[in-house]
Amino acid sequence: MDFLVGAFKPPCNVSISFADARTRKQVPLKKDNGQTVMVPLFQSQENIIGEVLVEPTQGKKFEHNGVKIELLGQIELYFDRGNFYDFTSLVRELDVPGELYERKTYQFEFSTVEMPHESYNGINVRLRYILKVTIGRNYISNIVECQDFVVRNYTPSPSINNSIKMEVGIEDCLHIEFEYGKSKYHLKDVIIGKIYFLLVRIKIKNMELEIRRRESTGSGPNTYVETETLAKFELMDGAPVRGESIPIRLFLSPYELTPTYRNINNKFSVKYYLNLVFVDEEDRRYFKQQEITVYRLLES
Amino acid sequence: MMIPDGIEDEEKWLAEGIAGIQHNAFYMHRALDANNLREVLKYSAQMLSELRTSKLSPHKYYELYMRAFDELRKLEMFFKDESRHGVSIVDLYELVQHAGNILPRLYLLCTVGSVYIKSKEAPAKDVLKDLVEMCLGVQHPIRGLFLRSYLAQISRDKLPDIGSEYKGDSDTVVDAVDFVLQNFVEMNKLWVRLKHQGPGRLREKLEKERSELRDLVGKNLHVLSQIEGVDLEMYKDTVLPRILEQIVNCKDDLAQYYLMDCIIQVFPDEYHLQTLETLLGACPLLQPTVDIKTVLSQLMDRLSNYAASSTDVLPEFLQVEAFAKLSSAIGRVIEAQVEMPIVGAITLYVSLLTFTLHVHPDRLDYVDQVLGAFVKKLSGKPKLEDSKAKKQVVALLSAPLEKYNDIVMALTLSNYPRVMDHLDNETNKVMAMVIIQSILKNTSCISTADQVEVLFELIKGLVKDLDGTDVEELDEEDFKEEQNSVARLIHMLYNDDPEEMLKIICAAKKNIMNGGPKRLPFTVPPLILSALGLIRRLQGQEGDLTGEEVPATPKNIFQILNQAIGTLTTVPSPELALRLYLECAEAANDCDLEPVAYEFFTQAFVLYEEEITDSKAQVTAIHLIIGTLQRMNVFGVENRDTLTHKATGYSAKLLKKPDQCRAVYACSHLFWVDDLDGIKDGERVLLCLKRALRIANAAQQMVNVTRGSSGPVTLFVEILNKYLYFFEKGNPQITSAAIQALIELITTEMKSDSTVPEAVSDPFFASTLRYIQFQKQKGGAMSEKYDSIKV
Repeated sequence: MDFLVGAFKPPCNVSISFADARTRKQVPLKKDNGQTVMVPLFQSQENIIGEVLVEPTQGKKFEHNGVKIELLGQIELYFDRGNFYDFTSLVRELDVPGELYERKTYQFEFSTVEMPHESYNGINVRLRYILKVTIGRNYISNIVECQDFVVRNYTPSPSINNSIKMEVGIEDCLHIEFEYGKSKYHLKDVIIGKIYFLLVRIKIKNMELEIRRRESTGSGPNTYVETETLAKFELMDGAPVRGESIPIRLFLSPYELTPTYRNINNKFSVKYYLNLVFVDEEDRRYFKQQEITVYRLLES
Repeated sequence: MMIPDGIEDEEKWLAEGIAGIQHNAFYMHRALDANNLREVLKYSAQMLSELRTSKLSPHKYYELYMRAFDELRKLEMFFKDESRHGVSIVDLYELVQHAGNILPRLYLLCTVGSVYIKSKEAPAKDVLKDLVEMCLGVQHPIRGLFLRSYLAQISRDKLPDIGSEYKGDSDTVVDAVDFVLQNFVEMNKLWVRLKHQGPGRLREKLEKERSELRDLVGKNLHVLSQIEGVDLEMYKDTVLPRILEQIVNCKDDLAQYYLMDCIIQVFPDEYHLQTLETLLGACPLLQPTVDIKTVLSQLMDRLSNYAASSTDVLPEFLQVEAFAKLSSAIGRVIEAQVEMPIVGAITLYVSLLTFTLHVHPDRLDYVDQVLGAFVKKLSGKPKLEDSKAKKQVVALLSAPLEKYNDIVMALTLSNYPRVMDHLDNETNKVMAMVIIQSILKNTSCISTADQVEVLFELIKGLVKDLDGTDVEELDEEDFKEEQNSVARLIHMLYNDDPEEMLKIICAAKKNIMNGGPKRLPFTVPPLILSALGLIRRLQGQEGDLTGEEVPATPKNIFQILNQAIGTLTTVPSPELALRLYLECAEAANDCDLEPVAYEFFTQAFVLYEEEITDSKAQVTAIHLIIGTLQRMNVFGVENRDTLTHKATGYSAKLLKKPDQCRAVYACSHLFWVDDLDGIKDGERVLLCLKRALRIANAAQQMVNVTRGSSGPVTLFVEILNKYLYFFEKGNPQITSAAIQALIELITTEMKSDSTVPEAVSDPFFASTLRYIQFQKQKGGAMSEKYDSIKV
């Protein structure tokens, strides 16, 4: 079928490169086809500078209706796959309509680009950033080339970071007081806390701390919620007695967390919860869930 | 129906656990060889997961633990060498905490923590504190105990003690102590909690298993005692109060008993002494089922030994008023533990007493206090029944005797007799024997009448019948032995001062006289002899006794004795009384008291006539009388005549002829006293001998009549010997002719007695003849005298 391929072969090769490709940090990104590629990492307010190389194949000239590059921030909901919602869209015209005879390089620059949302690959939703080069043509389809990149946004330590402290219980069964040192954690943080037993009438076998991610997409009747347990961390082995205080120390670094995303463009949210679970000797589970905020710490 | 065989299953589970450890250890070793940290952590965590089992008894779990323990040593070596895994120790310390399961996580953390301390990248105290805190996550009793035991094990040589390389800048000994204490407290809590595990029907077995784990807990106290920085002050202010707090609060009898004992065993005696109040203060707070008495006894025993170790430490005891504190603590414990059997209380008092004796040998009042407290405890209670309790009381009362080797000391203890009052008769006797043995062993003299009174009060069980004694139960042998002891005791009552001695004798007599017919024969003679000893002493110093009215005159004493012996006649024990009368008579003779001596003889004769009926006893008695009378020189002619007349008269009236004969020839001596101024009445000697011959003849004939052959000639030979004696002594009435005639008579008699040569008389006669022959030949005056006798 080589001839067919040849026949529909695009008339030119388009490639996008970044000006600081050598020095810029690269992170892995999982593509649609399941492959992981390394892509450059940006954050909001950065300048995105580079060049587009267009090289006509076989030295043939071809006609076009103009060349442009777009920077798109898109949200794709999987129940509506293929339909991208662009929350950011910037365009640079690179060339006016005309003819191309030989390879040509176009410089482009998006300065201090507002990219408020982070790239995210969830269960039901994806948020991505791409650079998209379009060479417009008459009568036949345009030539389009895309380049993914990843955006991560860093936040300084929150000035207010209260502890989570609560007394909960099942009447005449179990009364505890638990405390997590903070309510906001960065991705490499440690959860420090303790559980204090006020009343123990059930035969506890063990106690775990779970980290759960809750991804909700859509809105109204089309809301989809997916919950994953990312970590199961045993805090206690055996049954405590009244008055025992059990320490919590959970390092977050081994787990693949993202920051908390709240209502991103009314499309989706990603929230994190700490779930304290007691298992009794009959394997019944008792739990208490608390939301925590996860953020990406700005390294100072 | 399907009840599994627990033990078999356990073996199976243990085997499975060991297999699991070995399997994962194998892969861990491979990873170690490859320096692959990720794999090492993975397999080591899997290996340690085997320790998460709940199926094993402590004993079996220990086996499993030891397997894992060995593997962890290799792991530690790996962690220690950063070049092998390329991760800094700080990062490693975080890395191992990523493990999802808590038990493997904490074992790994402790192992890395050990390396962390060694690296000195962080202060030892911080790491230790973190470890001991994190271990709180394991609340399962057995797993927690072993985990913490592991922590204790790896940290032992890394405590920031004085002189340790891990000691930080500031006073980190406190940290070392805090760490060990905290681990101890948690371990104890876990250990106690083990009690409430499992179903009730297995409780007993579980308690036994629990007991096996106790050394894991106690080890911490041992570690504490080894920490150099724990000086007296710290022990007093921190260590002991915190240990005690835990002991009291855990409210578990097994733990309380064991740990109290532990404290006493592991910490130095000096510390105990200085913290007595605190230590003792905890005792009444313990559970009522705790065997406090053993604990306290142990403590007092240790302190006693400490006091015995060196006299230098004794001032410390005084300084802290150890006795008062112990004493009041015991009082409180006994009061608090109403249920404690009496034997427990006694054990406590015995220990306290032993302590006092060691520490305050000079404080008799303490001893008395102990006894007093004991009396108080006993008061209002029935006499002791429990044999163990009785034994303990004997121990209690014997202790001061053994210590002081001096009964006089015991006699000054006012509570001593009161304790004895609480004993039953049997034990009372045992105790009395102990007292007597002590006196005899130490030959300690009882030298005042008061003491004698007290002493007799103590041993009254032996001296008289007590109420309720079942006479039939008495064993004859035992009784004799007891009474012989009392008899020996009487000889220990002695004072050089005659006045006091007399009082002693009177006191003794008063007590002895109540002894009843069975005892008097044992006890009166020593009393009499002891009194006679006094009389002899008085004789020696007669000169001083003029003038003043003194009770201690021989005359007075004799009166007392007369009375005493009189009681024997009523017992009745006439033979004994007779002997004693004669003894007295002889003593009176020596004192030149003729009337007294005469009186005694009269009594003796009266006894002989009226009470001594057995013929054999009569023979013995008459010979005694004759012997004594012979030695008397105090009598005037008249008295003497009367008495000798009586004696010869009784002699001739004995039942058997040979007895008569022998008594009569013995009487011959009454008329010939071989002293310078002794009586020498040769005629009456001859009369006696002739009379003896007549009786011998008569005896011979009687035998002839009854048996058809002549009787023994022994009597004649004996008389011949008497003849020879008086002949030699120069009695003019005894002539060689008479001797010659007697020899011939005997020879004839012996020939006529043709049947069988006599076993006794033949050699006797032969040797008598040899003697005559010898005297004839030896020359000098005696030979001349014998010359006329032919043999």
